[in-house]
Amino acid sequence: MRVSLFITCYNDTLFPETGKAVVRVLERLGHTVEFPTGQTCCGQMHYNTGYQAEAMPLLARFVDQFKGAEAVVVPSSSCVAMMRDHYPKMALALKDKELQRQVDELLPKVFEFSEFLTKRLGLEDVGAYYPHRVTYHASCHGLRNLVLGDGPMRLLKAVRGIDLVELQGLEQCCGFGGTFAVKNAEVSSAMLAEKTTAVLNTKAEACTACDNSCLMHIQGALHRQRTGVKTVHLAEILAGDQGVAL
Amino acid sequence: MSGVGLDPRTAPTFPMAAKTMLGDTQLRKNVRHATDVIQAKRARVVAEMPDWQQLREAGKQIRQHTMEHLDFYLEEFEANCTRAGGVVHWARDAEEARRIIVGLVKASGSDEVIKIKSMTTEEIQLNSALEAAGIHPFETDLAELIIQLGEDRPSHIVVPALHKNRQQIREIFQKKMNLPELGERPQDLADAARMFLREKFLRVKTGVSGANFLIAETGGVCVVESEGNGRMCLTLPETLITVAGIDKVVPRFQDLEVLLQLLPRSATGERMNPYNSIWTGVNAADGPRTFHVVLMDNARTEILADEEGRQTLNCIRCAACQNACPVYRQTGGHAYGSVYAGPIGAILTPQLQEMKHAQSLPYASSLCGACYEVCPVKINIPEVLIHLRNKVVKQNTAGVAGFFDVEASAMKAMAMIFRSERRFRAAQRLGRVAEGPLVHKDGRGEGWIGWLPGMLGGWTQVRDLQEMPKETFRDWWEKRAANGR
Repeated sequence: MRVSLFITCYNDTLFPETGKAVVRVLERLGHTVEFPTGQTCCGQMHYNTGYQAEAMPLLARFVDQFKGAEAVVVPSSSCVAMMRDHYPKMALALKDKELQRQVDELLPKVFEFSEFLTKRLGLEDVGAYYPHRVTYHASCHGLRNLVLGDGPMRLLKAVRGIDLVELQGLEQCCGFGGTFAVKNAEVSSAMLAEKTTAVLNTKAEACTACDNSCLMHIQGALHRQRTGVKTVHLAEILAGDQGVAL
Repeated sequence: MSGVGLDPRTAPTFPMAAKTMLGDTQLRKNVRHATDVIQAKRARVVAEMPDWQQLREAGKQIRQHTMEHLDFYLEEFEANCTRAGGVVHWARDAEEARRIIVGLVKASGSDEVIKIKSMTTEEIQLNSALEAAGIHPFETDLAELIIQLGEDRPSHIVVPALHKNRQQIREIFQKKMNLPELGERPQDLADAARMFLREKFLRVKTGVSGANFLIAETGGVCVVESEGNGRMCLTLPETLITVAGIDKVVPRFQDLEVLLQLLPRSATGERMNPYNSIWTGVNAADGPRTFHVVLMDNARTEILADEEGRQTLNCIRCAACQNACPVYRQTGGHAYGSVYAGPIGAILTPQLQEMKHAQSLPYASSLCGACYEVCPVKINIPEVLIHLRNKVVKQNTAGVAGFFDVEASAMKAMAMIFRSERRFRAAQRLGRVAEGPLVHKDGRGEGWIGWLPGMLGGWTQVRDLQEMPKETFRDWWEKRAANGR
């Protein structure tokens, strides 16, 4: 299949390894990967913070970059949630019939990375090897907006060498919430403290998720506390094919 | 805090109030314990309903239909209530509602009232208005009694004293009821409250209640509760005054079939409320001789007129969203500066204030969606939060002041960057240069930022930020393409 990547502004700038891992997994599975270079940002931060007008042009940009794609894969559950939950409403608000049509046509082809593997391709075992003790955090948008269910867990369970340990309260928000972490820094920190305690209790070497935004937040505290525990995007685990060093 | 209600017009912003609450470890422990217990009970009784999702959808449909025809059902309620011997009053706002109720109590010839737990009377701060008029209100709901005697403020919609534990309640009772020998078993506390209240029930001749539902078809009023104290207030006084928001109406008696399944399971984890009271007008042989209903608007028609905010009025006040909310669970209710706390408070309060106050509340959420997941009538709270954030931004960026709004300027600048690939790439390069002076190497030789300036400083209170990688994904992709991949 011809797969178009929307890597997201965030991963592109701060977590390029995630994008590389997505490419590696998809190519290993025999797909052709494309990266439309005109892509920038889905507009989530603006939209969710109340700057809807600023997010509008980014919708048109996204559609323009990806129209005609066979499948669009995004390694970020919150960006996909932004598109599914808000793009149709935004197109309607713009009163642009052609854009509405394009959004309706494009959205069913947009998948979060783990969702693409499990739901679109029907895969669980992608031939990965990752000999580490890992715990999985279910990001809120993946869990509730995209209803990923146990898809990511099934992918992880099929990884050879992995020691998968369940995270206590895995459905609890880590406290990131985009600008929430800055606007309500104290409450966000209190929520994060519960999450990192749960992660440390698992004695895992790494915590994984389908969203680097949660992981950056969790990793920030794990590093501040000098725990030595890492965070790693699900795609990077699935890309592992020989003893990858953490 | 004595005598001071929760007033969004004077409350500190949510982040400020939350900071204070986060320092109160006893309160946080109490809130956490209580919400854990209620959530577990709710999960158990919801799981035994195979048609729970269909019930939620039915509840949503009933509420949505009602709001679309609210004028019709309110008039139907008024006609049927009047026919049954009730007297209907209309109040445009809190001030008018207070004036009507105080007048009715005075006309009843009493300078005391017994009250049933009611969020609407809290919303309009009725107790202080009654006291100012020389009328003493006695709260009869156990939790409200604890709040009243402790000169405290409610912190939860269903369990107003949720932030207090048993020892704290015992201390309040001991002091205010003058009971030096009071034991500490739940039974001892319940007995003390019963003794204290029984005398009020038998003496006071005027009752004030809220309403869970107003039934348009019959003109009846429905109140659900767990203790039976409400039923005492509904049946013993000679005069009964009920105040309800106009959003409380339901079209038909049969709609209660759905709503009275959704409400108790969501609110207290009970299959059914122990007491479901429905009264319709007056009856010479039994109950109050005089019955008044005050139908209060208080900004509800403005909410109704807002297509995206409208679903807020579907709320049946079960507080399941509060119990599920990770933000509420950290801070408790007082941080919200309003009697409506938690996610529903974060959307209801600013709208009741016509967005003039409580502007920090729409941001008091990480948008995790746990509230939407448990809402029995499927109010999409995250969606309304985002809608209200947009209203806040529009208010704050209007006019000259908006030009100097730091956040708005940053947001606009970033949006401009994202509108062009060239500018985006330049910003990525610039970011790497700009962060340079802030980066320090850790023991593994990785670069981390431990301090950020200005608005972003909140991030680095408890978290580090990894330095930007040397190469972006798109740079890697292009290099790879150039190498023939």
